[in-house]
Amino acid sequence: MSEDKRPVSRRQFLNYTLTGVGGFMAAGLMVSPLRMAIDPVLQKEAADGDLTNVQLAEGDITNEPQRIDWEIDQVDGWYESKVSKTAWVYKDDNGDIVALSPICKHLGCVVSWEGSEDYPDQFYCPCHDGRYYKDGMNVPGTPPTAGLDIYEHKIKNGMLFLGKAQPREEA
Amino acid sequence: MLQKIYDWIDERVDITPLWRDIADHEVPEHVNPAHHFSAFVYCFGGLTFFVVVIQILSGMFLTMYYVPDIENAWRSVYYLQTEVAHGQIVRGMHHWGASVVVVMLLLHTMRVFFQGAYKKPRELNWMVGVLLFFIILGLGFTGYLLPWDNKAYFATEVGLNIAQDVPIIGDELKTLLSGDEEIVGAQTLARFFAIHVFFLPAALFALLGVHFILIRKQGISGPL
Ligand code: HEM
Ligand code: FES
Repeated sequence: MSEDKRPVSRRQFLNYTLTGVGGFMAAGLMVSPLRMAIDPVLQKEAADGDLTNVQLAEGDITNEPQRIDWEIDQVDGWYESKVSKTAWVYKDDNGDIVALSPICKHLGCVVSWEGSEDYPDQFYCPCHDGRYYKDGMNVPGTPPTAGLDIYEHKIKNGMLFLGKAQPREEA
Repeated sequence: MLQKIYDWIDERVDITPLWRDIADHEVPEHVNPAHHFSAFVYCFGGLTFFVVVIQILSGMFLTMYYVPDIENAWRSVYYLQTEVAHGQIVRGMHHWGASVVVVMLLLHTMRVFFQGAYKKPRELNWMVGVLLFFIILGLGFTGYLLPWDNKAYFATEVGLNIAQDVPIIGDELKTLLSGDEEIVGAQTLARFFAIHVFFLPAALFALLGVHFILIRKQGISGPL
């Protein structure tokens, strides 16, 4: 009966097992709530193969940027709505189509082509005099820190389709 | 009558030591504005708590009318503000109180800082105080979106863009807060409401508890 070595007392054993089991149960209880809370972060990017027909014929795209507005169906969780989108579309010197987002890369105002009489041939942001060259790159020394985002685009049946606006790769 | 009720309870559960512990202690002379008027600086902590209590009470009553849904949030606030008797006052308490808490909190923090009251052994309570500061800023940030007007929306856009600039985890942090990668919308409002009304107040209570227990344990810092 007499054990001279008692590495773990009955009290300790019970303490450890109860804390362990209790901790396990508490952790188990929080798994689903936490997974639920972080779900938006783990959603894989909506496979947005969907490009929208913006009702502009390829032949109507000129060298001069023109403002195109269209609507998309936006799904925000359980809430679906129509949201209007805008792009500045033109053909560059190589004849390639360019579709630029109008959202200023400074603080998010809306830019327009030749929005200021003082700066012909540039995009102009009225909020803090931000400017961009025709290719959408920001004019150094004005507030924006990057070039305008570029829409994915394709031509189908002679019509222009636009997708998501993507930031430029950092040069 | 009241005395009888008190005695009846006290006889069974012995509550006198309990409330004595909480409420019955001397206020040292150097923190009592009646002795030295300049001791009013010691009031800012208590005033911060007082305004927090106002925020909690007015906030609880606001939730009787407020709905966190993008179709109806603005209308529910408009309704409670214009149609409900005294709604304007309760919303006003919450609206202005939100700024007053931050002012009081800063004054309290400045008193502790300039008196060096954060020094050993009170470093821990300074840290708890810093956490409380962030919690209250968080309440201000999340609450500001709830009326769902243009100011609320764009303030949140800016706030989320700031969160996005956090190194490494910025993008995830922003999505976690707004509930969607790009949209500030229905999911954002629901989230901000939950954070504003349940998560942050729960954290606030826990930290306030620790803050006050530490003060009782360590006592208020001595005169300069
Ligand atoms: C220190 C604590 C708190 C601060 C700093 C705070 C801050 C704010 C702010 C800045 C707003 C926007 C008000 C406006 O623009 O008029 C707001 C709205 C709101 N808060 Fe709080 N809040 C606090 C605690 C609470 C609590 C505890 C609750 C509920 C239990 C609550 C419920 C609400 C509700 C329902 C609204 C929307 C109604 C409205 O916008 O007037 N708040 N809060
Ligand atoms: S937002 Fe365009 S320049 Fe500031």
